[in-house]
Amino acid sequence: MNRNELYEIGVRERERQGKLRFRILSCASTPCLSSGSRAVYQTLQDTVSQLGLDAEVEVVSSGCNGMCSRGPIVRVQVPDAPDAVYSFVTPQIAAEIVRHHAGEDADITHNLIPADAPFFAKQQRVVLGNSGRIDQERIEGYIARGGYTALAHVLREMTPEAVCDAITHSGLRGRGGAGYPTGLKWQLVRKAPSDKKFVVVNCDEGDPGAYMDRTLLESDPHRLLEAMAIAGYAVGADQGYIFVRGGYPGAEKRLHQLERVIRSAEQHGLLGGRVLDSNFSFRIDIRLGAGAFVCGEETALMLSIMGKRAQPVPRPPYPAQRGLWGYPTLLNNVETFGNIVPIILNGADWYAGIGTEKSKGTKVFALAGKVNYGGLIEVPMGMTLREIIFDIGGGIRDGRSFKAAQTGGPSGGCIPAKHLDSPVDYESMKALGSIMGSGGLIVLDDTSCMVDVAKFFMHFCVDESCGKCVPCRVGTMEMYRQLEKISNGSATMKDLDILEELCEMVRETSLCGLGQSAPNPVLSTLRHFREEYEAHIKERHCPAGTCHMNEVPVLDLVDELPRRIQAKAAMLTEKEVA
Amino acid sequence: MSVITLTLNGELISGLSGQTLLDVIKEHGVEIPTLCHLDGISERGGCRLCMVEVNGRLTASCVTKASEGMHVNTHTEKLIKYRKMLMELMFAERNHICAICVMNGHCELQAMAAHLGMDSVRYDYLNPDLPMDASHKRYVLDHNRCILCTRCVRVCNEVEGAHTWDVMGRGIVSQIVADLNFAWGNSPSCTSCGKCVQVCPTGALFEARHDGRGNGKEA
Repeated sequence: MNRNELYEIGVRERERQGKLRFRILSCASTPCLSSGSRAVYQTLQDTVSQLGLDAEVEVVSSGCNGMCSRGPIVRVQVPDAPDAVYSFVTPQIAAEIVRHHAGEDADITHNLIPADAPFFAKQQRVVLGNSGRIDQERIEGYIARGGYTALAHVLREMTPEAVCDAITHSGLRGRGGAGYPTGLKWQLVRKAPSDKKFVVVNCDEGDPGAYMDRTLLESDPHRLLEAMAIAGYAVGADQGYIFVRGGYPGAEKRLHQLERVIRSAEQHGLLGGRVLDSNFSFRIDIRLGAGAFVCGEETALMLSIMGKRAQPVPRPPYPAQRGLWGYPTLLNNVETFGNIVPIILNGADWYAGIGTEKSKGTKVFALAGKVNYGGLIEVPMGMTLREIIFDIGGGIRDGRSFKAAQTGGPSGGCIPAKHLDSPVDYESMKALGSIMGSGGLIVLDDTSCMVDVAKFFMHFCVDESCGKCVPCRVGTMEMYRQLEKISNGSATMKDLDILEELCEMVRETSLCGLGQSAPNPVLSTLRHFREEYEAHIKERHCPAGTCHMNEVPVLDLVDELPRRIQAKAAMLTEKEVA
Repeated sequence: MSVITLTLNGELISGLSGQTLLDVIKEHGVEIPTLCHLDGISERGGCRLCMVEVNGRLTASCVTKASEGMHVNTHTEKLIKYRKMLMELMFAERNHICAICVMNGHCELQAMAAHLGMDSVRYDYLNPDLPMDASHKRYVLDHNRCILCTRCVRVCNEVEGAHTWDVMGRGIVSQIVADLNFAWGNSPSCTSCGKCVQVCPTGALFEARHDGRGNGKEA
């Protein structure tokens, strides 16, 4: 395929869609599937057939629309009119939706989300631009929205160096959590002397409550493929791997879907040999991890791709120097790749205009916990937590009060109410003792006990530690034990000191990022909610009422003995005085 | 190989580029505690005892290449404290009871604990319920004394070339396994060479008939 043919496919698809009376997009991403969107999809199709509208109306399954806590979501695209989005769609309501748009009398206003709802109005969808608006699998749908034109542009008009420069200039930083400048990484791999290089996408997303990468992969897979090909061209790689976490429920089915997507791109000449009739070739293969959290660490991930036991190895050498099978490897997160196409299409300056001075662009968050509207959101960097939680999220559920926001998953920390107005970017989050992370954002209300939260994340780290280095393997377990003591009432202030000392040690001596950040949930809750820890220990009382304090501290003889001797002596002197 | 210059505990020293920091430090007579490191096999960087402070940041010296202009401190107050804590963690992890151990008196772990001045463990003993594997006719594996340094795994793979040993599970439930979790005695790949027994720093791998002086007898 060449550029003109690509253009024609887009024109034809747009014409075809424009002729339809309306298109119904039924969300088929995992949150909606779990709330019953499969039956909704079936009903939509059946109703369309019943009304004899098959020729004029199209029903397709789409990706995520964002408002996942109110699923299943159905979007109706009417030519020359804004989209109508419906929430809480049941099969009955689905049938009504079709009738309503077919011109019959049906009352569905209750399920219609108003077009100016702050949940959508305050977002800026760059990475999620196509998500929920296109058919997940059909490549024509993606091409109709300008897909693969960025790749065509890059291959014809730009040198690899210029591509790297554009990414550097845009200020894009790694979205996996660490925030390393993406352009710099691309430059490093491009300059690494080797005739074989690799591009790897990290889609081993394992933070509790986070599902950004998976949704991107499901909702807009071609965007990822296109970005990988651009990256391959920029750094000089001819092979890409998508590393998908094996622990995803239904991962296998998704894998087949992804495989079909790659095949269709290859059949269209957009991947494989001689991409878009240029002399650039790029193959993409999928690798499935076995579900370990630590596979998200880049060195462990590469070992897993090579078929070895996924345990991190010390860096340097960095993957950009020695990666897969010893060759320079470019490793980026799914969301990072999701930003590449918009940067190429709209220009680096446009992208650099979004966000704050040091953190450019937008960030996708999985907003979860005690908010009214949970789901997948994308906001410009620098938006305050207050706007995210109270405007987009619609405030705290059941009229309770906000207590903390947990960001960054088990490597992150909790941000208390007094810092609600701080902007969300890499630096501000770090200054607050948390991290931006991959984008998990869990909102806690006053019924959550911070010790319990820290204990939950520590348990996660105990489970997910790979076991290679001592501080992470044993240290996380010992920290968990101390937290357990605090939450069951058997801790003393001495235990709190031991816990704090252990946190510092594990943070500084662990081999990889998992261990180094494992104490973060404890350290950040200790920093902002120390009084809560002390209430557990000194008053044996859990302020939030979550912990069952039914144990007592073990008698510490080293402390107890001198105390008893003193008491005895005091008693004797008292007698003498009497 | 070019000569590089670095500062070790305030003194200017020289080494060769490509050498690990641990090698350079040892060459200059400074003692660094190690457990998972063993000359002749690959480095692991797992025990973290050999951590040193390089330009203010802690790093494991066995897996760090020495480079020009490094400022290395080996025995800061923090490092001494951390090494002791790491030792405590290793003792708390499994059932290390020296008094009833075959290696009592010539155990690297015990000697290291004494050397680092670890006299008590402040953490909870985890007391895991772990089995022994006495199926091999000459050797015994006692998981209770294993510190997962994987010297046995590496020596079996890299020196003997059998790769009988590996690690199964992850985190705190990791365990050494023979082949695909076979009883050691039934392992088809084991050559009974005994290298793993020789390199084990604790009493986890020992000879079935042991006279207490390191002399094994054929059963």
